[in-house]
Amino acid sequence: MSASVTPLKVLAPPPELERVPLVANQRSFGWISDQVAGIIEGKTPRWWWGAFIPSVLALMILPAMLLYQISTGVGVWGNNHPVMWGWDIINFVWWIGIGHAGTLISAILFLLRQRWRTAVNRAAEAMTIFAVMCAAIYPAVHVGRVWFDWWLFPIPTANGLWPQFRSPLMWDVFAVSTYFTVSLLFWYIGLVPDLAVIRDRAKTRIRKIAYGLFALGWRGSNRHWSNYEKAYLILAGLSTPLVLSVHSIVSLDFAVSQLPGWHTTIFPPYFVAGAIFSGFGMVLTLLIPLRKLCQLEDVITMRHIDVMCKVTLATGSIVGYAYGMEFFIAWYSGNPYERFAFINRAVGPFAWGYWIMIACNVVVPQLFWFKRFRQNLILVWVLSILVNVGMWFERFVIIVISLHRDFIPSNWGYFLPTWVDALTYLGTFGLFFTMFLLFMRFLPMIAISEVKGVIPQADPHHPLGGAKEGGAH
Amino acid sequence: MDGTGKPYGLVAEFTTAADTLHAAQKVRDAGFTKWDVFTPFPVHGMDKAMGLKNSKVGWFSFLGGVTGYTTGMVMIWFMNAYDYPIFVGGKPMFSPFSAFPPSYELTILFGAFGAILGMLFLNRLPRLHHPLLKNRRFASGVTHDKFFVVIECEDPQYSTTETRLLLEGTGSQHLELVEE
Repeated sequence: MSASVTPLKVLAPPPELERVPLVANQRSFGWISDQVAGIIEGKTPRWWWGAFIPSVLALMILPAMLLYQISTGVGVWGNNHPVMWGWDIINFVWWIGIGHAGTLISAILFLLRQRWRTAVNRAAEAMTIFAVMCAAIYPAVHVGRVWFDWWLFPIPTANGLWPQFRSPLMWDVFAVSTYFTVSLLFWYIGLVPDLAVIRDRAKTRIRKIAYGLFALGWRGSNRHWSNYEKAYLILAGLSTPLVLSVHSIVSLDFAVSQLPGWHTTIFPPYFVAGAIFSGFGMVLTLLIPLRKLCQLEDVITMRHIDVMCKVTLATGSIVGYAYGMEFFIAWYSGNPYERFAFINRAVGPFAWGYWIMIACNVVVPQLFWFKRFRQNLILVWVLSILVNVGMWFERFVIIVISLHRDFIPSNWGYFLPTWVDALTYLGTFGLFFTMFLLFMRFLPMIAISEVKGVIPQADPHHPLGGAKEGGAH
Repeated sequence: MDGTGKPYGLVAEFTTAADTLHAAQKVRDAGFTKWDVFTPFPVHGMDKAMGLKNSKVGWFSFLGGVTGYTTGMVMIWFMNAYDYPIFVGGKPMFSPFSAFPPSYELTILFGAFGAILGMLFLNRLPRLHHPLLKNRRFASGVTHDKFFVVIECEDPQYSTTETRLLLEGTGSQHLELVEE
């Protein structure tokens, strides 16, 4: 019978069109478990302590600064008339923007079936959660009388007053708290099967109990996977409009006001693009050293770095377009205050801040057009830090430059931060890096079960087909 | 495993996703109801091979979302327009537009809780103990690199000899009877 059947001839694609596999060096299922769990099970590496100790020291500054600020008053910061929002809101928007890349990777790229996300989503989601924690400190303390923070929540005061929901600041409370909760849920649900991996490998009783409890009794049942995957899909579907709405609502804090430089309709999309831009900057800053230190080069490959550089390029270009469009509309509006606000950005007393922003956010990412630069890890790492410097200055430009020139010149002023501003900011870095280092030491930093699902052996329909080149996906 | 416990089910071990998928198809066609496949990651096409219907998690999420949206709208109307109306900047006491952003966020929040709690409820998780997890070979393999097909002894079709023959015919490398 077989003599009459001619085998189907499939032409192999030319080598330059062959996709680079998602996991390099044809690794097996077991290798992925061993490599990722090894980071948790092995001896604490020296570099970890080298990073952890300064992080904790920086973290210790944070409560000291907050206590000083709360006990003395907001005057310890540089905020003063006419610049009543300073580093507090700059840093709030900056940190929450960084969080956005995590949700983009975990939710939007999941819906778009971008399978490379599996290698970076866990670390990026952790980054989101810790960044939102850093961000949430600022609005809570910048109100001055922190003991009245509960007025933000829908609880009546002693006079029976409720929060005023016609203000975008109230929308922000709901947006940020929902964002934090849903990001945490999404992250935890993704962790459950991987916690089961650690549980089943655990040698000590404490590990067995701790990881066992949080693994919820997961045992890889396909009846469970079926519901799990549906829940994961729904969470991705819910997080996508969530992440777009959070930074839109943050931008409405500005755009709903009447201030020239803030009162623009372009703000929501422009803020979201900027947030994703800065978030990818932070993902690259964290993962480029970590993939080396944790020997994860086969999981977070050069292809992953390459695509993340491309996303940074795309969002950076959107941000650059938005800067241009803002200027055009300021001129086109014919409103003299609006025109002044924008010309003042470029040539006024804070022009240095504006040009740092343009250099880091518009010019620097353009280098990512070239593969040569995307392949140079040291360069990518430096540029990823510059991206976040630029995004910090974007918020500085929006907040400080718009505020320091009020409508009448007698209301003009200059802004200088204080040492408390600087040390509080340093303290949030301490919080962020302490949390991140604890996370990567105690929880699987790579989504083990998801990465297993994207290697060629995982596809039951091509048992070994395409194993060499990562399959035709 | 002292040999005195009640048998829980027959466990067949596999090393590739493809073999597991074909075994699942055979077990499904044989008409078993109390059986399951255990894999280290969700295997594409396994739901169909097992004859599983679309998951019902979506309904829980939908219910959560509707509850969240309604809660948001009703809460804001009650607080700002009914219980203690305050006139602010000439804006209406209640408007679905200004009430939308918080209600939208609550839709997502409750929808997410609905999806997760619904998933846990449908999966009967969390669970502190399971007979299969007592088996070292199963527990150390299922989250690592092994695949398992398990037919429970409580299945009406289960027979000590024929079920074993069926699973042997699927090319399993290792068969074991696990006790409760």
